[in-house]
Amino acid sequence: MSNVSVDPSDPSKRRFLVTMTSAVGGVAALGVATPFVLSMMPSARAKAAGAPIEVDLSKVEPGMQLAVEWRGKPVWVVNRTQEMLDALSRNDAKLIDPASENASQQPAYCQNPTRSVKPQYLIVVGICTHLGCSPTYRAEVAPADLGPDWLGGWFCPCHGSRFDLAARVFNGSPAPTNLVIPPHKYLSETRVLIGDDQGAAA
Amino acid sequence: MQKLLNWVDERFPLSVSYKAHLSEYFAPKNFNFWYFFGSLALLMLVVQIVSGIFLTMHYKPDAALAFASVEYIMRDVDYGWLIRYVHSTGASLFFVVVYLHMFRGLIYGSYRQPRELIWIFGVIIYLVLMGEAFMGYLLPWGQMSYWGAQVIINLFAAVPFIGNDLSEWIRGDYVIGDATLNRFFAFHVIALPLVLLGLVVAHLVALHEVGSNNPDGVEIKKLKGADGHPLDGIPFHPYYTVKDILGVVVFLMVFAAIVFFAPEMNGYFLEANNFIPADSLKTPEHIAPVWYFTPYYAILRAVPPILGSQFPGVAAMGVAVLIFFALPWLDRSPVKSIRYRGPKFKIALTLFVIAFIGLGILGVLPATPLYTIISQILSVVYFAFFLLMPWYTKNDTTKPVPERVTQ
Repeated sequence: MSNVSVDPSDPSKRRFLVTMTSAVGGVAALGVATPFVLSMMPSARAKAAGAPIEVDLSKVEPGMQLAVEWRGKPVWVVNRTQEMLDALSRNDAKLIDPASENASQQPAYCQNPTRSVKPQYLIVVGICTHLGCSPTYRAEVAPADLGPDWLGGWFCPCHGSRFDLAARVFNGSPAPTNLVIPPHKYLSETRVLIGDDQGAAA
Repeated sequence: MQKLLNWVDERFPLSVSYKAHLSEYFAPKNFNFWYFFGSLALLMLVVQIVSGIFLTMHYKPDAALAFASVEYIMRDVDYGWLIRYVHSTGASLFFVVVYLHMFRGLIYGSYRQPRELIWIFGVIIYLVLMGEAFMGYLLPWGQMSYWGAQVIINLFAAVPFIGNDLSEWIRGDYVIGDATLNRFFAFHVIALPLVLLGLVVAHLVALHEVGSNNPDGVEIKKLKGADGHPLDGIPFHPYYTVKDILGVVVFLMVFAAIVFFAPEMNGYFLEANNFIPADSLKTPEHIAPVWYFTPYYAILRAVPPILGSQFPGVAAMGVAVLIFFALPWLDRSPVKSIRYRGPKFKIALTLFVIAFIGLGILGVLPATPLYTIISQILSVVYFAFFLLMPWYTKNDTTKPVPERVTQ
């Protein structure tokens, strides 16, 4: 190895140079790839499109579901009747997370038995936590296809996930968690702002 | 004419390539019905590229315009309906042909040494083709396009830790939107077709390097005549070009019959819900992927979530496709072709075919508890075919393989 610099055809030196050149070239290739890869992330316009929306609750009749669009996703506003609310606790034993302990699925002010600010109105992102389908609203009690124990809720047509009327997922569903409650804030008795709670969660 | 040919040959290996790949490429003389599907797959690639180019002339990759532009092609563009039906029927028949081509490889051991690389290139082609079909399916921007893509892209969100960022990166938005449609168009019409063409060349170059397998699984290059050509080989051209043309004619009759009389194939080639524009607020009552993805979709649904994560199902689906790569090393049988294999392999292969088709049927049906259990059983059979292969192929009773191919 003493004559490394003397022998012009020393193979170990050549291998070293080839390795170094390839490594440096590889780093350069990674650097060039970066802007292309990052160009595929959500653009500034897509990020800005998440503005909050205002919903008038007075047009949602008891027992009915209204679907509005926020950040391209369906958000449901459900006006739950007193019977619906009374039935909620009867599902508790059959749910994965009856007490909404998974903090990422709702703001702190909705971690309660009805998962809402006002018990009557449930405001929830209508995207199944399994693979992103929008479940179907099935408010009727004990329909033929969902069984005699069904007290109303949502059924996902894609993979059969079931949720109760507080959007809590039933055991045995492919969906792992409850549906997401978006940040929201009541501006008046009948007007609600969805997508922004102006720091109320803190 | 000869002078012109000489002029070219001095500058480009025209005659040499013609001989190497056609007139003096010696293929085994005992090819049968199953050997039609390689050339038919090549035909389908050409059909899809040509029909695709003409669709691109009228299609608009914009969430606000895409659905209407497809309807415009169907109603207002002269023969637009024909070109679109050729492209949509072509997608399904491409998979029919590819599945039969892969089955040929399974029964005659065409993936075995020395053809492992041909098989690997083939499996990559299959993967790219799935990507191509999936992205193409979003372009009409119907309800099925939208929600199918929603489900598949959310599969990536199930990957631990990086899942959410990964799915946002794929979509280019927080939901499927214009950005997603636009990039899928780019991948569908240029990126993946280029990759596909390169892979097809690699597949064929590797094939012509080692030579074709045959229904007997005999290496014809072992026995050569005085002229140096394999005793059991015949020139690809004219013998097999003529045979393949027959296959093409019959295949195109079927193809045309579907295009003209049943282009929607009762909802299996073009789903009814895809004639409704994409609506991000409403999932169709029953969503199912196109038929060629349903076996894997059934496997996805068969695996229950573990520890609050749906990743196991997604992983099982991925492994179900990727496991084909391992086939050359899982098979330990001393013989290649099913003709000389014993009952264990034949039973295993039969069960695998039943599982694959069964899962395919279950994948289009709604998920009821009974169907889920059947899917789980068939998924186990599917994986057992591969994972137990080293044992049942090694201990199988095989018949002696002849020196020469049989008639």
